[in-house]
Amino acid sequence: MHKTKVVDHLILLFGVFIMMAPVVVAFMTSTHDALDVHLHGLQVTWGGHFTDTYHEMLTKKGGFTGEVTGARMVMNSFILGVGFAVGKIVLSMLAAYAIVYFRFRMGVIFFWMIFTTLLLPLEVRILPSYDVMTKLGLVNTYTGLIVPLLASATGTFFFRQFFKSVPDELLEAARIDGAGPFKFFIDILVPLSKTMIAAIFIIMFVYGWNQYLWPMLMTNEESFYTLVRGIKQILLVWVGSQIPEYNQAFALAILAMLPPVLIVVIFQSWFIKGLTESDK
Amino acid sequence: MAQVTIENVSKSYAGDVRAVNSVSIAIEDGEFIVLVGPSGCGKSTLLRMVAGLESVTEGTIRIGERTVNEVEPAERDIAMVFQNYALYPHMTVRQNLAYGLKNRGTPKAEIDKRVAEASRILELDQYLDRKPRQLSGGQRQRVAMGRAIVREPAAFLFDEPLSNLDAKLRVQMRGEIKQLQRRLATTSIYVTHDQLEAMTMADRIVVLNGGHVEQIGTPLEVYRAPQSAFVASFIGSPAMNLIAARGEGGRLVIGDQTVTMNGAEVPNGPLTLGVRAEDMALASGNGDGHVEMAIDYVEELGASRLVHGRLTDERLALSLPSGAPLSDRLSITLDPHRLHLFDPDSGRRI
Ligand SMILES: Nc1ncnc2c1ncn2[C@@H]1O[C@H](COP(=O)(O)OP(=O)(O)OP(=O)(O)O)[C@@H](O)[C@H]1O
Ligand SMILES: [Mg+2]
Repeated sequence: MHKTKVVDHLILLFGVFIMMAPVVVAFMTSTHDALDVHLHGLQVTWGGHFTDTYHEMLTKKGGFTGEVTGARMVMNSFILGVGFAVGKIVLSMLAAYAIVYFRFRMGVIFFWMIFTTLLLPLEVRILPSYDVMTKLGLVNTYTGLIVPLLASATGTFFFRQFFKSVPDELLEAARIDGAGPFKFFIDILVPLSKTMIAAIFIIMFVYGWNQYLWPMLMTNEESFYTLVRGIKQILLVWVGSQIPEYNQAFALAILAMLPPVLIVVIFQSWFIKGLTESDK
Repeated sequence: MAQVTIENVSKSYAGDVRAVNSVSIAIEDGEFIVLVGPSGCGKSTLLRMVAGLESVTEGTIRIGERTVNEVEPAERDIAMVFQNYALYPHMTVRQNLAYGLKNRGTPKAEIDKRVAEASRILELDQYLDRKPRQLSGGQRQRVAMGRAIVREPAAFLFDEPLSNLDAKLRVQMRGEIKQLQRRLATTSIYVTHDQLEAMTMADRIVVLNGGHVEQIGTPLEVYRAPQSAFVASFIGSPAMNLIAARGEGGRLVIGDQTVTMNGAEVPNGPLTLGVRAEDMALASGNGDGHVEMAIDYVEELGASRLVHGRLTDERLALSLPSGAPLSDRLSITLDPHRLHLFDPDSGRRI
């Protein structure tokens, strides 16, 4: 038994190594200066330039127009991540509420219509979506960045399944207690969905945070840059004899990783709870 | 407090399912009515129509003087206790009790007063700040009751409120609900499939079968004079023995045996004879009117024993004092005034 434990741990450690090594390398590399990285490639040792790199990355105006700082990119990414997550949750909860609790005509058809949009991710409809947004004059706005992606079949589906598992008697008790549709939603369903909301928030936040294609299309002003785009941008400034700021690119990558990781670590117990058990 | 009048009420579900068929019940103010019947007989449907959770296909339901067919559940002045309690899981006991009052805009002080009163009656004081999941089944049941009584409604509706409790607690809660109802004198409609619950709690029992009323009466009326073979077999434990028999010239013939009726009327022709296990006794001596019964097996119940056997070809259960002597065949007498005769076709009492 002792032996299997050792083997178990070796396997787990190996897994950890595979997962963590690239992150560690990225972090270590980000603490060297750009020249070092250019000459010697990736680093696995501490380079001693941590404060410089990160300070510069967060505050130095970068890009062609010199309008955007790392801090600004963090903010943009947050706006996108949170806007996404909150918008999707609100929208998909309301959609699921309508589908489950209101017997309107063709409700099932509507549900399946929403569901089939799973087969049509953004990439498939990106040109028409872009077209609509241009016509509405929403290029280079947060609204244009967020709104077209809010409709969420996944979220609607999860909330639908959850609402279906809420006992009917709860609705009936609430009706007898004088709660109308709005009150029932706010007073009963939303609090009951708490863990579910947390779980979906995490998924959607990370999804929004990592958006690349859509922001690239929708915004061409650098003040709308997100972290994910910023990384790419740093490497693109290779003009003449200038060395790309590799260290800053890695620093940005680390920064881009941090919030999703933190959110998952902090909320993971909630997350698991939300997906597996329920409070009914 | 109010009368509840159910007049020719029917309920059809989509696809021609007739769950309730022309039911009429006049429930007096303060009366405890129990709807009882086998699974699927439409008890819950009827109750839910009174609550307003189900639409009425035909007929009228009145609470007090008001026809409530089209009235929202919250406006009907009723409170309901559900089988699974349906407590709001994320609210504390106090919030659960107060929610309905809050929605009605009852002043805070009044809510506090009523919640305090209800929790005192139901001995829930120390649990007021707990969530439902931190309570035992019995305590949850009480909270569900509490949620009903804080409302001070015109009528309580119960849908099998005790069936999730263990047998012992069920007996205890049975008594408590009954006492509480007596004290509050609130008109109550109580649904159960347990005939014992019906017998012990009801002022009047309504026996339902296949969506229609078989009989309405006090527990004793229903027990002593069942109006149909169905009621006879449903009410009472062990179930009443129902035996195919014939009437021949004022005597009752079962297979090749004959029961003399000592003046009780017996029509000629085929009959269903109903006799309760405790309305038979061992015959003393070998006289006229005794019938012979072959014994299959015996159930010891402690105070008595239940003897299962056959009278000619008909199954029969007989309750005897626990010391009574047994052999493979018993000679028994039937009390002619405790026999029930039913029409074998319609099942109605003759
Ligand atoms: N929503 C519905 N649609 C169609 N038929 C229904 C519906 N609800 C109930 N029924 C039918 O109506 C009949 C009566 O149902 P009801 O729930 O009133 O039975 P019950 O007497 O309460 O039984 P139980 O003791 O099992 O609770 C049943 O045959 C049932 O199948
Ligand atoms: Mg039922």
